[in-house]
Amino acid sequence: MGKKVALIGTAAMATAMRQINPDVVSAFPITPQTAIVQDFASYVHNGMVDTEFITVESEHSAMSACVGAASAGARVMTATSSAGLALMWEILSIASGLRLPVVMTNVNRALSAPINIHCDHSDSMGARDAGWIQFYSENSQEGYDNLIKSIRIAEDENVRLPAMVMIDGFITGHSTEILEILEDSQVKGFLKENKAPYSVLDIENPSTFGPLQLTDYYFETKKQEADAMVASMDTIKAVCKEYRELSGREQPLVDTYMIDDAEMAIMVLSSTAGTTRSVVRELRKDGIKAGLIKPRLFRPFPKEEIIESTKNLKALAVLDRSDSFSGQGGPLYSEVRSALYDLDTKPVITNYVYGLGGRDTTIDQIKKAFNDLSSVAKTGKAENLVNYLGVRE
Amino acid sequence: MNKKSNNLKPSDFNTQRKPTWCLGCGNFGIWNSIKKAFVNLGLKNHQILIVYGIGCSGNTTNFIKTYAFHALHGRALPIATGAKLANHKLNIIVMAGDGDGVGIGGNHFIHSCRRNIDITYIMHDNKTYGLTTGQTSPTSDKGYKTKSTPLGVIEEPINPVSLALSSNATFVARGFSGDVKYLTNIFESAIKHKGFSFVDVLQPCVTFNKKNTYDWYRERIYKLESDKEHKKEDLISAFKKSKEDMGGKIPIGVFFQQEKPSYGDGLKQIERKPLVDHVINDIDINNLLTSYF
Repeated sequence: MGKKVALIGTAAMATAMRQINPDVVSAFPITPQTAIVQDFASYVHNGMVDTEFITVESEHSAMSACVGAASAGARVMTATSSAGLALMWEILSIASGLRLPVVMTNVNRALSAPINIHCDHSDSMGARDAGWIQFYSENSQEGYDNLIKSIRIAEDENVRLPAMVMIDGFITGHSTEILEILEDSQVKGFLKENKAPYSVLDIENPSTFGPLQLTDYYFETKKQEADAMVASMDTIKAVCKEYRELSGREQPLVDTYMIDDAEMAIMVLSSTAGTTRSVVRELRKDGIKAGLIKPRLFRPFPKEEIIESTKNLKALAVLDRSDSFSGQGGPLYSEVRSALYDLDTKPVITNYVYGLGGRDTTIDQIKKAFNDLSSVAKTGKAENLVNYLGVRE
Repeated sequence: MNKKSNNLKPSDFNTQRKPTWCLGCGNFGIWNSIKKAFVNLGLKNHQILIVYGIGCSGNTTNFIKTYAFHALHGRALPIATGAKLANHKLNIIVMAGDGDGVGIGGNHFIHSCRRNIDITYIMHDNKTYGLTTGQTSPTSDKGYKTKSTPLGVIEEPINPVSLALSSNATFVARGFSGDVKYLTNIFESAIKHKGFSFVDVLQPCVTFNKKNTYDWYRERIYKLESDKEHKKEDLISAFKKSKEDMGGKIPIGVFFQQEKPSYGDGLKQIERKPLVDHVINDIDINNLLTSYF
């Protein structure tokens, strides 16, 4: 069994990286991620890992170096936040398009402008269509677990897609929490050999990465990528099952709390699930049938699990820590509405954009959302579908 | 720009916010020098736009009262370029660090030099990433140990002065934040220069860079004026001087200055007045279009 340690979130991610022992890490400092690669640099320095650690001049270069190393068949990791992820954007789709299993932590931080260093999900949601598997983590424990699982998933021969694991900046990243970490040998035993089907360094079988595909083959390549993302769900489930047996931690792709007899529920990613859970617990004491749904996986979208978790609800509020500026609510809301669209019976689904730029999301705000929901559940109608929680107007 | 014609004091460029830099930070020297330069040049607050990058230097956004733009890391120069073309009457200054200038934004730096756009770039060069608490930067000395390079930097540092010279900048200087009077003079000359002016300001980071301290600099720097053989019109001499820091002595002052047309000179659109002053509400393009019908 593993052991319990008290670590800040970034240190938990760095610990997972140490145990994973990647071949190459290339990164660039950005708040609030910096502590991850800084810790990792000390592991390199102290000979605790076998990693080539490359400090570069930008995140664009960091992801490019990752792509180069992964093309040679290396196990590659990095970490970033906010504008750093945005600067990587051009290379994100190259990693996925070339089917390179780069794995990174994104410590969620709001995008500029205005400049802000605190948490929201605008950075990773901006990359939601880049062909990367996306995990969201409520706390350090989940971040740590998701990162180790992601290596197995990304490198699986049926997947070969890059993956990013999100933890909330500062809230999780800079807070000390107790988590249980595996023994180094357990992580080593859990990971398989990274068998790259092609390598730029394989001189027996010379290959070219990324050559031009125009109207002739590009479409087929992208369809294969789409198929791989769909098919990855089987691998994700298998890897999660194996990891559960190893760690003893039950972490379904869509977690629920008090959902079985709930009439209304809030669905939310990452750390705000903790706040919501305590509100649900309080409301239950008053006999209010409230529940919580927390997806851990966002790409591929766990449609079946979302349908299953919402099937008995009369009203559902989806909380988004980013705005898509579409006039139709945030990205999680759009996905959930789309997933439930074809069902004959489904809850009324409302949306709350919350916590932008690190705005604290309080128990009272979550209670307010539940309060709104209870009248939606009663009447079957919502006054406003898209709402903003905790903003001054 | 008559000297002291603005009747302002350096403190008139203060904001309601006090600087948040560490005590002894080299930024204080730059902050004091630039405000004095504005006064000496007779510039008023509204005649200046400062574009800032990300870093401790970027925090100056809150501490100098002029027009200000806080850009993304590395992107201050392109924003300043756009602003200059929109309103070339503004005095545009870029304040950004060594990471901003020759790291993540290095590409913009060399192209701004060769473009000779009429802006002044003041590089806060502390040879470290201060705001993210002390990692290696592109100007860090080889062997310099940081949290991201515990084994010491293995790469050669970029010499910003040499880079600016080889990229055809038309005003290239180096200052020291520990000598406010001299730095003020350099800033004045840089702002007066028509074309791209670059000032590499050697600036101790008292918290994270324990190597390149005030004492370390004071033991090494000397003023270019003391070398009578150096002429600032002579590019080869400037280049030789820029490479001297490898030998232990670090020259400060104006390395090179040349008069050349700046980017925007000769553009018909801005010949008579800045783009922002053009009235575009009542333009009738029918006559132009009928020729195509």
